[in-house]
Amino acid sequence: MSYTAAVVEGYSDVAPQVRRDGGVTTVDARGVYYRRVNETVRQAISDGATHLVLTGVNGQRYIGTGVSAHGVRIDVHGTAGNDLGMLMDGPMIEVFGNAQDGVGNTMNAGTIVVHGDAGDVLGYGMRGGHVYIRGDVGYRVGIHMKAYENLVPVLVCGGKARDFFGEYMAGGIAVLLGMNTQFPEEPVAGSFLGAGMHGGVIYVRGTVEPWRCGKEVGIFEATEEDMATLVPLLRDYCSAMGMDFDEVTSQPFTRLAPFSHRPYGKLYVPL
Amino acid sequence: MPGTYIQPEFRVKIDYDKCHKCGRCVQQCGWGVYSFNERPIPDDSKCRACHRCVTFCPAHCITIEKNALAYKDNDNWTVDARKAIWRQAETGGVLLTSMGNPRPYPRIFDHLLLDACQVTNPSIDPLREPMELRTYLGRKPDAVSVEADGAGGYRLAPNGGMTANIQLDAPIIFSPMSYGSVSLNVHKSLAMAAQRLGTLMNTGEGGLHADLYPYQDRVIVQVASGRFGVDPEYLGRGAAIEIKIGQGAKPGIGGHLPGEKIDKEVSSTRMIPQGTDAISPAPHHDIYSIEDLRQLIYALKEASGYKPVGVKIAAVHNVAAIASGIVRAGADYIYLDGFRGGTGAAPQVIRDHIGIPIEVAIAVVDQRLRDEGIRNHASIVAAGSIRSSADAAKAIALGADVVAIGSAALMALGCHLCQSCHTGCCSWGLTTQKPELTRRLDPEWGAERLVNLVSAWSHEIQEILGALGVNAIESLRGSRERLRSVGLDAQMNAVLGVKPVGM
Amino acid sequence: MTAQRPRYAEEAPYKIHGGCGLMGLCDESGTLMSGEDAILAMAIQHDRGNGLGGGFAGYGIYPEFPDHFAFHMMYHDVRAKEDAEALFDEYFVVDLAEPMPTRPVKRITDAPLLWRYFLNPHPRKLEEAESSAEDYVVKAVMTINATVDGAFVASSGKNMGVFKGVGYPEEIGHYFRLEEYAAHTWTGHNRFPTNTPGWWGGAHPFALLDWTIVHNGEISSYGINSRYLETFGYKCTLGTDTEVAAYLFDLMLRRHKLPLELACKALASPLWEEIDRMPAAERELMRSLRAVYGPAMLNGPFAIVLGFNGGMVALNDRIKLRPLVAARTGSVVMVASEESAIRAVMDSPDKVWTPKAGEPTVARVAGMDWPIHGDLHLSPTEVSCAVTGTETSCDFEEARA
Repeated sequence: MSYTAAVVEGYSDVAPQVRRDGGVTTVDARGVYYRRVNETVRQAISDGATHLVLTGVNGQRYIGTGVSAHGVRIDVHGTAGNDLGMLMDGPMIEVFGNAQDGVGNTMNAGTIVVHGDAGDVLGYGMRGGHVYIRGDVGYRVGIHMKAYENLVPVLVCGGKARDFFGEYMAGGIAVLLGMNTQFPEEPVAGSFLGAGMHGGVIYVRGTVEPWRCGKEVGIFEATEEDMATLVPLLRDYCSAMGMDFDEVTSQPFTRLAPFSHRPYGKLYVPL
Repeated sequence: MPGTYIQPEFRVKIDYDKCHKCGRCVQQCGWGVYSFNERPIPDDSKCRACHRCVTFCPAHCITIEKNALAYKDNDNWTVDARKAIWRQAETGGVLLTSMGNPRPYPRIFDHLLLDACQVTNPSIDPLREPMELRTYLGRKPDAVSVEADGAGGYRLAPNGGMTANIQLDAPIIFSPMSYGSVSLNVHKSLAMAAQRLGTLMNTGEGGLHADLYPYQDRVIVQVASGRFGVDPEYLGRGAAIEIKIGQGAKPGIGGHLPGEKIDKEVSSTRMIPQGTDAISPAPHHDIYSIEDLRQLIYALKEASGYKPVGVKIAAVHNVAAIASGIVRAGADYIYLDGFRGGTGAAPQVIRDHIGIPIEVAIAVVDQRLRDEGIRNHASIVAAGSIRSSADAAKAIALGADVVAIGSAALMALGCHLCQSCHTGCCSWGLTTQKPELTRRLDPEWGAERLVNLVSAWSHEIQEILGALGVNAIESLRGSRERLRSVGLDAQMNAVLGVKPVGM
Repeated sequence: MTAQRPRYAEEAPYKIHGGCGLMGLCDESGTLMSGEDAILAMAIQHDRGNGLGGGFAGYGIYPEFPDHFAFHMMYHDVRAKEDAEALFDEYFVVDLAEPMPTRPVKRITDAPLLWRYFLNPHPRKLEEAESSAEDYVVKAVMTINATVDGAFVASSGKNMGVFKGVGYPEEIGHYFRLEEYAAHTWTGHNRFPTNTPGWWGGAHPFALLDWTIVHNGEISSYGINSRYLETFGYKCTLGTDTEVAAYLFDLMLRRHKLPLELACKALASPLWEEIDRMPAAERELMRSLRAVYGPAMLNGPFAIVLGFNGGMVALNDRIKLRPLVAARTGSVVMVASEESAIRAVMDSPDKVWTPKAGEPTVARVAGMDWPIHGDLHLSPTEVSCAVTGTETSCDFEEARA
């Protein structure tokens, strides 16, 4: 990059270049400030666009955040910034690259597919929809996922997770495969797996050492009933990732589920 | 002439319409309040308001009230002062009492408030995230020294690390209470609880009963001026050894366990004949100065294979300098007992008028040791009315490593703080040796109650740490920045090293 | 003009709270990289700051003066400059004194006078002082910060410099023409203070000799960390976590001679249950380390980058409460608060990963001293004063009087 005699900007506060080609709206996000990118995306959706392609993305925050629309697809090329798809309700986002922290924060519905790794606090308070990550994820992933009525969030991570996976989990399904990883020597999950879990279920491909799990968590071999739940999810995940379903299911799964929906019932007593 | 001018303090009222006439109250009262003549008849003058009868009455028909007897108002000559004079005029004796100082001196803990995180740093969830209370009691080196391990890593250099520390799973231990002043079942409850909690109980000065041997790794054995039960085996069994110089309830005063309490078991544990008085001299007669303390500390280390040796003192005016001397004399921990600390028997005039608050003692000792660069050389144990987990957290924030609980532990076992331990008639079976009373405490049940109490406080301390945004007790220890005072004057704030609220 | 010196310490009568973004970039082969990369990495993280502080440290930037101490000076006014220069003339041989090259930047309005000096201790005075050159320099820094009204030493190491001020980091970088410098190691910082000191010296990196710290987060254990340091003679007058971290490194590395890896383990200690699971020798070491340095543990969220002529070390708190991403391309190691900052600088990194909580990410420049800096023989109070400028007495002052 050659130096220009102006303050180096991480992002320019200008409208991105937009190209419409058939049904595809391409937004060149390279070096464009996130507000302008996201304004453009929202405007295009309200103008009827159903397939957006964001190119040159690098760290722009809030892509798809708060977007409430069904049948809309957003492709992201590059590294998606923090809070990707936060509070999202309906769209499908596919990231060809990595995602930073806070993917799917408090998400309601829709799908996020990341063909790469993702950062910390992924799926915080997620209430519905699907998040599929190809590779490794950071700390506190799936924290406080919750289910409500017909909303059941699903999170599938193809790689390995750091500490506090499924912390406070209150509902939904979180799956950890440990396959597409930069860290073949590491365990599939760090410590405090499911700490504070009081709802929902975590499936881990292979086994986990009991000491890694929160004290609220029961460890079971996945049953046929579990596999009946898992198989359609994994087929969907494999088709999104282009992975071999048979290989994914070539190992038995372990089911982690809370002993109680009220793990601290005895800890707090009226005076 | 009447036998006494002193009128009963309490009125025992029985609702005879509800009374089952079962006689349980008669049987339960350790002080003989009740006689039975078709129905229980109380003698108010004997009542200590310990609530044993009330608790066990199946009909809930007993109530204890304060004697509403009016005295001519006088803010100067309180009723208690008048009663004391009448009693002394009757007897010529030193007034004896028990448990901690009940007088309305300021309670500094109640003027200290803890901090919490908002926005700039996160609070931490204590239930799901790690929240570490583990504490090591004992001397630590100023620095760790390491050497290459030949495999690209490091290992401790010879003598490079911490030695002879006791691991505590919570920063709460049990205060010394001797077998003799309390029952063997109390000792067993404390020992079993200490083992389950990963903390410590303390024999007090009455020796170690053989029934406690299974728990000896969780027992501090005390060496006091009377040297009861102290022999090489005793020192060898304890996890640590504690030299008792003084007690918060009676600084500068020795002890006296009357011969009536020296039954066969107490006799064998204390290694003195049955029925003789067990007298603890006021000072240790081999410690008349600080260099003598050093001599005793190292004698005990020599005799025990260099176990940690702590020194317990009452918090008195010059406590900081004394503590510094004790640490320099080689103590591995210093146990500070504040002026509200409990006792099984003490002269009231001593208990109520000598010593300083534990909050001040912690603050000045911690600061002095820091100023002298020797804070790492000894742990600070703070005691003397730790009433709650909040007191414990505040004590630790002021600079204590560990708090010790005695009165609170006895309350967990049933004590209602009637301040009558010295009578040896404890209806709850705690501070007595009468077999019909001591059997009221099942050690297994007692241990469970103590485990519950300390577990609950531990959870509460974890909640406090979480609110403070730290996940290890060492990050609260001495962190006075997380305390603010309300209603204390500038001088006291300076002594405590604490800023007032709003700053 | 009144010599109302904006005293460094006075910006913090109480603890300063704030958040931030940071970066570190190091070519382990020693190959030099333009400051533009560092600016770009911080510009991408613009929204992590609030324009009240930005700064950079560069190592290897003065190849023409590799053996001179480079003093980066901030002067409130001309008189401060004259006073400081009088000291330089008396105690040092100054081989070059020049204004810091800067260019006008619209939003940078209240810059102090900025000068730099390439100097070495006066040989005879150094001999008289019977101290190492490093000690001598630290004392000089202390004297200036403590006694010369309106003068502040931003950095004082060899072949390195700190460029910092009030503004966004990309503006500060532009202002200081960082693209004209080349360094083997860069660190950068974007500050989001929750109060507004508005004092250029208060921006980060925080420096002493060649050693700098940038830091993101908020250390909830500040109270005990600072009291612990006080027992070793340090005075934490700046009220910042960065200052505390710097002194803790100084204590453990220089005075206690701990290896850097273990110092990091003391600052971000493993959990007891992790320690309990370690093999016996390691367990004993970690148990001692944690019990002895418990008051030094930085508890609460932080990410930190320690820079020095030998490279850099990045470290996270033990339960990963602040973001930190690392990457490597060949011999180039980079860390930042966000992956986008890395991607902006490295087109296609060989590897991008999230460092584990409490595990230091280390970059060592080949052939450079390791660890940290020369062997100081100063009391901690002297070191402390050198940075904060709060002591009023010192050898130089006495010598002058």
